[in-house]
Amino acid sequence: MSTYAQKKGFGATVWDYLTTVDHKKIAILYLIAGGLFFVLGGLEAMFIRIQLAVPNNDFVSAGLYNEILTMHGTTMIFLAAMPLLFGFMNAIMPLQIGARDVAFPFVNALGFWLFFFGGIFLNLSWFLGGAPDAGWTSYASLSMASEGHGIDFYALGLQISGAGTLMGGINFLVTIINMRAPGMTYMRMPLFTWSTFVASALILFAFPPLTVGLFLLIFDRMFGSNFFDVANGGNTVIWEHLFWIFGHPEVYILVLPAFGIFSEIFATFSRKRLFGYSSMVFATVLIGFLGFMVWAHHMFTTGLGPIANAIFAVATMAIAVPTGIKIFNWLFTMWGGSIKFTTPMLYAVAFIPSFVGGGVTGVMLASAAADYQYHDSYFVVAHFHYVIVGGVVFGLLAATHFYWPKMFGTMLNETLGKITFWLFLIGFHLTFFIQHFLGLMGMPRRIFTFLPNQGLDAGNLISTIGAFFMAIATLILLINIVITSVKNQKVGNDPWEDGRTLEWAIPSPPPFYNFKQLPLVRGLDPLWIEKMEGKKGMTPAEPLGDIHMPNNSFNPFMISLGLFVAAFGALYREDYNWGVLVLIVGMGITLLSMFVRSVKDDHGFHIHKEDLLNDDDKGGKA
Amino acid sequence: MHVEDKFTAETWPAAPEKQTLEGKNKFLGFWLFLGGETVLFASLFATYLALKDKVPNAEHALAKDLFELPIVFVATMLLLTSSLTSVYAMYHMKNFNFKKMQLWLGLTVLLGFAFLLLEIYEFNHYVHEYHHTFTSSAFGSAFYTLVGFHGGHVAFGLLWIVTLMVRNAKRGLDLYNAPKFYVASLYWHFIDVVWVFIFTVVYLMGMVG
Ligand code: HEM
Ligand SMILES: [Cu+2]
Repeated sequence: MSTYAQKKGFGATVWDYLTTVDHKKIAILYLIAGGLFFVLGGLEAMFIRIQLAVPNNDFVSAGLYNEILTMHGTTMIFLAAMPLLFGFMNAIMPLQIGARDVAFPFVNALGFWLFFFGGIFLNLSWFLGGAPDAGWTSYASLSMASEGHGIDFYALGLQISGAGTLMGGINFLVTIINMRAPGMTYMRMPLFTWSTFVASALILFAFPPLTVGLFLLIFDRMFGSNFFDVANGGNTVIWEHLFWIFGHPEVYILVLPAFGIFSEIFATFSRKRLFGYSSMVFATVLIGFLGFMVWAHHMFTTGLGPIANAIFAVATMAIAVPTGIKIFNWLFTMWGGSIKFTTPMLYAVAFIPSFVGGGVTGVMLASAAADYQYHDSYFVVAHFHYVIVGGVVFGLLAATHFYWPKMFGTMLNETLGKITFWLFLIGFHLTFFIQHFLGLMGMPRRIFTFLPNQGLDAGNLISTIGAFFMAIATLILLINIVITSVKNQKVGNDPWEDGRTLEWAIPSPPPFYNFKQLPLVRGLDPLWIEKMEGKKGMTPAEPLGDIHMPNNSFNPFMISLGLFVAAFGALYREDYNWGVLVLIVGMGITLLSMFVRSVKDDHGFHIHKEDLLNDDDKGGKA
Repeated sequence: MHVEDKFTAETWPAAPEKQTLEGKNKFLGFWLFLGGETVLFASLFATYLALKDKVPNAEHALAKDLFELPIVFVATMLLLTSSLTSVYAMYHMKNFNFKKMQLWLGLTVLLGFAFLLLEIYEFNHYVHEYHHTFTSSAFGSAFYTLVGFHGGHVAFGLLWIVTLMVRNAKRGLDLYNAPKFYVASLYWHFIDVVWVFIFTVVYLMGMVG
């Protein structure tokens, strides 16, 4: 037993997580927080579907419906899907490139706490006078007219959590550029790392427009400016542009990492090298690039004119080409492989037709003229749930099963996993397939009820039944997690037996320094190469030596807490005298914490060679 | 080389900001951050251009009524010069001349501070002479937001550089703080470049109509 691995009490463990800068622990924090928000967003979805199960329903009122709908979309995108992906990126990407941590461990923790406090702030609106109700897009013409503080919670909460996301993106980029193990060239990086890289670049360039848009909203609603006030010269279309310049890349920020996860899974369980690796990389980069050229396809009916609409329509359709390349590469990866249908692989296989379904409706929506019919109908709701659930959520569920052993050292039960899969798959198509036709028959999006005998009754009921399937599937997954954790049956380095990349060469879960000696990477799928030559693990690239590690810090928590406090001040500034004071105190806490961080030297510490040698019971050989 | 090593002018490496992994990461991370900042300011510029001269009625002052070249010219000169002095500071940093580096950084701070005072005076002038305020029109909102964001960046940069100077006054240069100084000066240059665009797009283009 080394000096570093001590048993800790509960309080010490909590303190450890509050101050941790270890990417693997931050990953777990993201997973827990993102998981909670996912359940919350899922509950909101259930409320929506229950309300829409039958015509003229009064399960919730019209006003409350708007709040639930808005919070469902906002929570799912910003507080569930992205943080969950960040969790897997944090847990796996550094291991895949053979790094001991991310480039900025401190900033990594800061990013998490900003996201967390932003999300909590947003959700406190439920208890403090009402949630935002202008949709997740919060168009200015609606949001300026919204009474109460709901929209203020939206703008301030997203501002805080968005800052965290931006930091996470920069951190991943620098990690991948600067911290790859010897021999890990760009064109040997696993696809999950590649997609993390491209998604992070998208975050870097897509979040600032959202930041600006939110600032304008905050200024207009809380500080009396006139950006969106038409009577004073303002213009609400500015919001639409800023929001969608962020919003479209955002969907690729979500789906590219999911693509990456599936690429790993297809190769692993077909026991074959990923087909067309370089074209996969090329397609990922191209999708990221084109993702910035298409935002106005969300604004076809805003009235930008036929020329703008035509350009954006063609640009949008162009994205189908690199996406198609990927689909075929996945199919060819399976072709002739010796396929093992594990739970992650089931999700991967089901993902292909589901996502293609969403892609086909995407191209339909991209024809501007036709979009005048589809716009703001349930056809759109069906489309984006096909890509977002069939792509992102399937990817997250697959990753949960696939990477669970690496993160926690235990294997989720496969039988329960497969039950979850089938229920979720059936429920998903039941819920959303019929919505295409509801939309084509004229059911508008964002309505709280509908009239009987207009051909919408049966479709809506089926859709609601499907949603219950998904809810039950999620419950079974949670049960699976509990059972697995209680049993606590530990697994070895490579529990799927067919691991190809570096993360499967080290223990599950990895020791806190990841690699005792950095591995020497000799090609794509480095561990597979060694296995094929009959070796047990990676060849080290360096002699055993001292390892430098960063210190824990409570500072990220304090910086984020300060902004959380300040946001309340900004929000209540006009209602109460103490608002300004709270605003100043909050900003003070943040600035002071940043100041402390900046003047206090933090050189980290060293793990000595001798301790590493003694650590052999934990493995950790490269 | 290691962060805790002691150096002399002879042993001090050529690119002290990139000698340690932490330094390299900081260097790259900050460049990327500036990439994001560029998009941030681009969004603000776009908003400003969309709302330029958009006022509720004919009594409101427009860009062509407001701006006066002399004061803006002086502000520009102050900021451009401060960029030059920060270059000198980095030159001395690379030569391990801590005293001179602090001196030039001090000058940079003074010039930046003068710029801020001038900006405050300028805003005050618009508010009282022209009733051109943050809340008077969409034009006013966009103007103060764009120029004010820049001003806020200047203020933050001043705080940052002063903190670094005071913190390291007794310690001198090492490989731990060299990247910090370097990155702060990068930030300062960035602010300067943004101002060049503000000078052109807001003031020059504003005056010609
Ligand atoms: C898995 C079960 C889910 C169900 C049953 C569900 C159901 C719904 C329903 C009924 C709507 C209302 C559509 C409307 O009236 O316009 C909606 C909207 C939306 N959903 Fe979901 N959803 C689910 C998952 C997700 C996920 C995972 C995401 C994102 C990661 C998501 C993102 C959205 C967004 C952005 C909206 C639009 C909200 C708005 O109009 O402001 N949903 N969802
Ligand atoms: Cu889009």
